[in-house]
Amino acid sequence: MTTREIILEAVLKNQPAATALPDVSEFKGDRTNIVQTYIDVFKTIGGAAYLVDDLVEVRNLLHENFDFTKRIVTTLPNLTDIAELVTAENDPHSFEDVEVAIIKAHFSVAENGAVWLTDELMGQRIIPFICQHLAVIIRAEDIVPTLHEAYEIIGTGDYGFGGFIGGPSKTADIEQALVLGAHGPLSMTVYMLKQ
Amino acid sequence: MKGTLNKDHAELAEAFIKDEERVDWHDGALWFIRAKRDLASKKISEWETLREAASQIKTNVLSNLHQYLLQFEENLKKNGIIVHWADNAEEHNEIVYSILKAKEITQMVKSKSMLTEECHLNEYLEERGIEVVNSDLGEYIQQIDNEPPSHIVLPCIHKRKEEIGELFHEHLGTEKGLSDPTLLARVARKHLRNIFLTRRAALTGVNFAVAETGEYVVCTNEGNADMGAHLSEVQIASMGLEKIIPQKKHLAVFLRLLARSATGQPITIYSSHYKKPRKGQEMHLILVDAGRTRQLAREDFRGSLKCIKCGSCMNTCPVYRKSGGLSYHNTISGPIGAILAPNLDMRKHADLPYASTLCGSCSNVCPVKINIHEQLYKWRQVIVKEGYAANTKALSMKAMAWTLSSPGSFTTAGKAGRWVMHNIPFVMNNKLNPWYKQRDMPEGPKESFSQWYVKNEVDNKKNNSK
Repeated sequence: MTTREIILEAVLKNQPAATALPDVSEFKGDRTNIVQTYIDVFKTIGGAAYLVDDLVEVRNLLHENFDFTKRIVTTLPNLTDIAELVTAENDPHSFEDVEVAIIKAHFSVAENGAVWLTDELMGQRIIPFICQHLAVIIRAEDIVPTLHEAYEIIGTGDYGFGGFIGGPSKTADIEQALVLGAHGPLSMTVYMLKQ
Repeated sequence: MKGTLNKDHAELAEAFIKDEERVDWHDGALWFIRAKRDLASKKISEWETLREAASQIKTNVLSNLHQYLLQFEENLKKNGIIVHWADNAEEHNEIVYSILKAKEITQMVKSKSMLTEECHLNEYLEERGIEVVNSDLGEYIQQIDNEPPSHIVLPCIHKRKEEIGELFHEHLGTEKGLSDPTLLARVARKHLRNIFLTRRAALTGVNFAVAETGEYVVCTNEGNADMGAHLSEVQIASMGLEKIIPQKKHLAVFLRLLARSATGQPITIYSSHYKKPRKGQEMHLILVDAGRTRQLAREDFRGSLKCIKCGSCMNTCPVYRKSGGLSYHNTISGPIGAILAPNLDMRKHADLPYASTLCGSCSNVCPVKINIHEQLYKWRQVIVKEGYAANTKALSMKAMAWTLSSPGSFTTAGKAGRWVMHNIPFVMNNKLNPWYKQRDMPEGPKESFSQWYVKNEVDNKKNNSK
């Protein structure tokens, strides 16, 4: 017998009588003040969030918030005048010196501040992790209250890689002292477009 | 690796509590995290319903594991992930080695994985000329100190920043005396970034594996799993069989509970869903048994396999907080470790179910409602029955059974005990009595409850008849 067969046989022999799965469809969040809730939660986890009128305002804020003498990359074709376009052909290691990455997210989650991204929005999977600062643009109407609504949208998901990202990378491994910027970005900023 | 060889929890804890100031600090640090967990859980009005749902999903998983494993395997293959099965630690390590050898890879970066700690993967690979770097900061610190993690979520929670500064001075060449957490973390960031960029292989653990879609989720705060994985040409994930969940939507339940229970965060910074290899990359997943099917057969203890490794039972446990994770001499320490470990080696871990006051706090905070304290109590019975209890415990248990079984001997023993505590206290307060170590014995009562009751009943009757 192969190891696989040995394990599967032991599982079958030892597993207890079947029990039912619970109904999780009752779990739902509240949409009241959802934008403000998102902003408040995201700030408490060390992020910065702006509610903005349009892309012009995003451009202004980007220039205020970041050092444009350094390498800035984006996956948004309408920002290629201020940033280099990421393509799937690049070697992921070549993004080592990226200062800021500007990308879009599918939606965000009010209860935990996270945004949902899949590889098609990242350009390259490494982008939101290797940059020093992460800037994410979403539509303000694309905020869901909890992860339950989030997974309803995601469904089974047709992607190679997807992830929730909820703030700048962090560690508290040294005496529980919070340090922002462990291995990933030192900061994360979310721009929420009113339209 | 620094050894804990042949010492039991009480002996190792004794060494830990010698430094009273450190014990108080350790106790406080963990209680602070427990308090954050309480705040986070109370912000969710449906918290208890969520825990119940999580518990029921995990119970269903154990009852239908065979089917879910087959479904998961089939979907992994559809997604282009190469599947391996390992019966034990040795087989797991051999598989990792063969994957690396086929690609002539001699250096690997690893993110947090308690399973590979349990398998002693690093030592196995190092003996075969492969260098492994742990990239979670806490695990990295433990690795350069040649010590196992003392906590599954906070691997170096027992270390002071000055000790970490000293390790960095020795291994990373920082200035002597530097102990500022931010500055130390920046040095590690720079050093480990170079590791991520130069390693062709990356290994991660698995938090949740979705049978329905053949993807797996890895949760970190540091971003180390992703830095390793997305820069590697070979990505390996190691998981215990019990990490399966049936459907994608169940992730909502578990991700809402996990970080809140662990550290009081609403979610870990990164919840990465790995489904298919990227172009030019090879992805492997190893399904490991290593005692899990044996635990599945134990009716009283199979519930321990529902664990999602949040560490909340450790943070709340009065014994863990005051004795430190390393005193459990097992990869998974604390209350959950004490119910998992006897399944792996009952003789070696016979002491662990006794490292508890059975106060039940662990069961109350567990996000998947494992009856941890009841299992601890049940393991004690199994251990005594199987003959693995320490001699002193077995003898005193027999004496206790004889005393309690007859009212005459109970009364006599009580009288004798009170007389001893009043007249010759040194008989109790000496080094041979383990309960006296690090404790002062209380003053003995002058009379027994029975004597007090008889006297007061008489007094009451007198009063009532007046």
